[in-house]
Amino acid sequence: MEKTIAGKSITVNEEGYLTDFSQWDKTVGETLAAEAEITLTPRHWEVIKYLQDEHKNQVALSIRRIGKSGLVDIKEFYQLFPVAPLKTATKIAGIPKPASCI
Amino acid sequence: MKNLIILGAGTAGTMMANHLHHQLQSPDWQISIIDEREEHHYQPGYLFLPFDIYEPEDIIKTIEEFIPKDVKLFKQKISRIVPTENKVQLANGDELAYDVLIIATGAKIAPEETEGMKGSEWHKSVFDFYTFEGALALRNKLRDWQGGKLVVHITEMPIKCPVAPLEFSFLADSFFKHKHMRDKVEITYVTPLSGAFTKPKATEALEHLLHEKGIHIESDFAIEHVDNEKKEIVDYGGRTIPFDILVTIPTNKGDALLERSGMGDDLNYVPTHKATLQSKEYANIFVLGDASNIPASKAGSVAHFEAEILTDNILRYVKGEPLLEEFDGHANCFIETGNGKALLIDFNYTHEPVEGSFPFAGIGPLRLLKESRMNHMGKLAFRWIYWNVLLKGTHIPFVSATMSESGKKFD
Ligand SMILES: Cc1cc2nc3c(=O)[nH]c(=O)nc-3n(C[C@H](O)[C@H](O)[C@H](O)COP(=O)(O)OP(=O)(O)OC[C@H]3O[C@@H](n4cnc5c(N)ncnc54)[C@H](O)[C@@H]3O)c2cc1C
Repeated sequence: MEKTIAGKSITVNEEGYLTDFSQWDKTVGETLAAEAEITLTPRHWEVIKYLQDEHKNQVALSIRRIGKSGLVDIKEFYQLFPVAPLKTATKIAGIPKPASCI
Repeated sequence: MKNLIILGAGTAGTMMANHLHHQLQSPDWQISIIDEREEHHYQPGYLFLPFDIYEPEDIIKTIEEFIPKDVKLFKQKISRIVPTENKVQLANGDELAYDVLIIATGAKIAPEETEGMKGSEWHKSVFDFYTFEGALALRNKLRDWQGGKLVVHITEMPIKCPVAPLEFSFLADSFFKHKHMRDKVEITYVTPLSGAFTKPKATEALEHLLHEKGIHIESDFAIEHVDNEKKEIVDYGGRTIPFDILVTIPTNKGDALLERSGMGDDLNYVPTHKATLQSKEYANIFVLGDASNIPASKAGSVAHFEAEILTDNILRYVKGEPLLEEFDGHANCFIETGNGKALLIDFNYTHEPVEGSFPFAGIGPLRLLKESRMNHMGKLAFRWIYWNVLLKGTHIPFVSATMSESGKKFD
C-alpha cells in the first residue's frame, strides 16, 4: 500500500515497512523515527547505516548479531531504540522486518 | 571400499543409517555412525515428563537397537572434523577417513549464554525441560508445588520444536486444573517474538487459546539476565518479570564440535543449502536435522522429510549426478493444547500454517489449526510411530516429503 512519508508517496507493507529501499532517504528515516517517538542522533545513524549494510550483504539480522557487531552492545541498542529495538530500527532504516525464525 | 560416516545417532542420523544401508552396501561401501551416548531419547516426550504423563522408560531406548547390523557403530565423542583432509577425529585419538560425511549432531541448550541462568537457582526454581535431567527435576518440583507465579520463557530464537513452550503452558493450565489449584497459579508466557508464534495465522489461533486459558503473554522480551536473589528475569530495556518457578528455554546451539572444526555459524549451525541439504562449503558433506542452519523448523518431522530427500541426493552424489533441489521446508507438528486436545499445523518455507484437513483433502481425519481430540490421539500415537516407523526410515503412508496444498484454505 501507499503511504505519504515526508511529503512523498512511498510503498509499505501492512506493518509499515518499506518494500522498496530505493524510496528511502534520510528524511523518510527521520519521519519514521518521529512516528516511533525517537529523535535520531549521530549514534542512531551509525546503527542504521550498519543495519542497511548488513541487509545489503544478505546477513540475517538478530539481536545477538548486533550484540556481536562491535558497533553497539545490546544494552546501548536498547537505549537507542527502547521498544522492540530490532523491529523499530529496521523500519526506520527502510529494510524488511527481520524474519523471525521458525 | 568407500566410507560414508554419519555423525550423531539421534533422530536424523538413525534415519539416514536405516535409509542408506539398503543402498550403499559392502563390498563397495561401509557405513559408520558415531555417537557419544548409549541412549536414544524420544525428545518430544520431555514435554510430558514434568506432568507425570510419561515415565522415563517410555522415552528411553538404546541407540544400538535402531542401528542396522551392517552399519558400524562407534560409541565415542567426536572431537573434530577436518574437512580439508576428509577425516574425523575421535576423543580417543582415532581418526576415520570418509568419502561422504553426514552431519546430524543436533542442537542443545546453552543456559550459560545468559547471565545468571545457570546460577544458584538452577533446577531449584529455574528449570529447563529440553533435557531429560531438567524435565525430571521439574516433575519433582511440580509434584508438591503449592502454587505461585509460573513463568514460561523463551530466551531467543531459533529453538527446537518452537511450539513446545506453548504446549508446556497449555499442559500446565490443565495440570493445575486437574489438581484443583488453577486459581493458585498465575501462568505467564514470555517470548522475544512480538506474538505467540512465528507465523501470523497460527499466532492468531494460539493467542486466542492463551487468552481462553487465562495465560498472560509478555512479548518482545529480550532477556539480559536472571536475578537469582529477587527471582526475576530482566530484559535489556529494564523490564522485569517476577517468578516462583521459571521454566525457560535457554539459547539453543549446535554442538561445540562444529565450533572446534571451524564449520559453524555464530550459533554453531552448519551453513547448508536449504533445498539440497548439501554443505555450502564442502561438496561431500551433507547436513540434516537440527544441526543445519536452514530456515526450517528444528523438529523430528522435518528431519524425517529431509531424510527421504537427502537419501536420494546422496545416491545421486555418489553416482556423479546433479542434486535435486527438492526440500521445501515441510514441517508437520501436533500442538498439545491441554484437556486431551491438540492442534495440527502443516507448513513449509513459503506457506504458513492454515486451516484445512490432513492428510486427505476434505476428509481428514485430522483438522489443521483447529483443536480436536483426534489431533491429541495423533500426538500420542506419534511416540509409537517414532520408535516403530520414523527411526526405521519407513515412509509414512499418505504423507509426502514435500507439502501438499490440497484440502487447505489459503487466502
Ligand atoms: C521438549 C522437546 C519437544 C519436542 N517435540 C517435538 C514434536 O512434538 N515433534 C517433532 O517433530 N519434534 C519435536 N522435538 C524436536 C526433535 O526432538 C528434534 O528436532 C530431533 O530430535 C532432531 O534430530 P537430530 O538428529 O537433528 O538431533 P538429535 O536427535 O538431538 O541427535 C543428535 C545426536 O548427536 C550426538 N552428538 C552430538 N554431538 C556429538 C559429539 N561431539 N560426539 C558424539 N556424538 C554427538 C548426540 O549425542 C545425539 O545423539 C522436540 C524437542 C524437544 C527438546
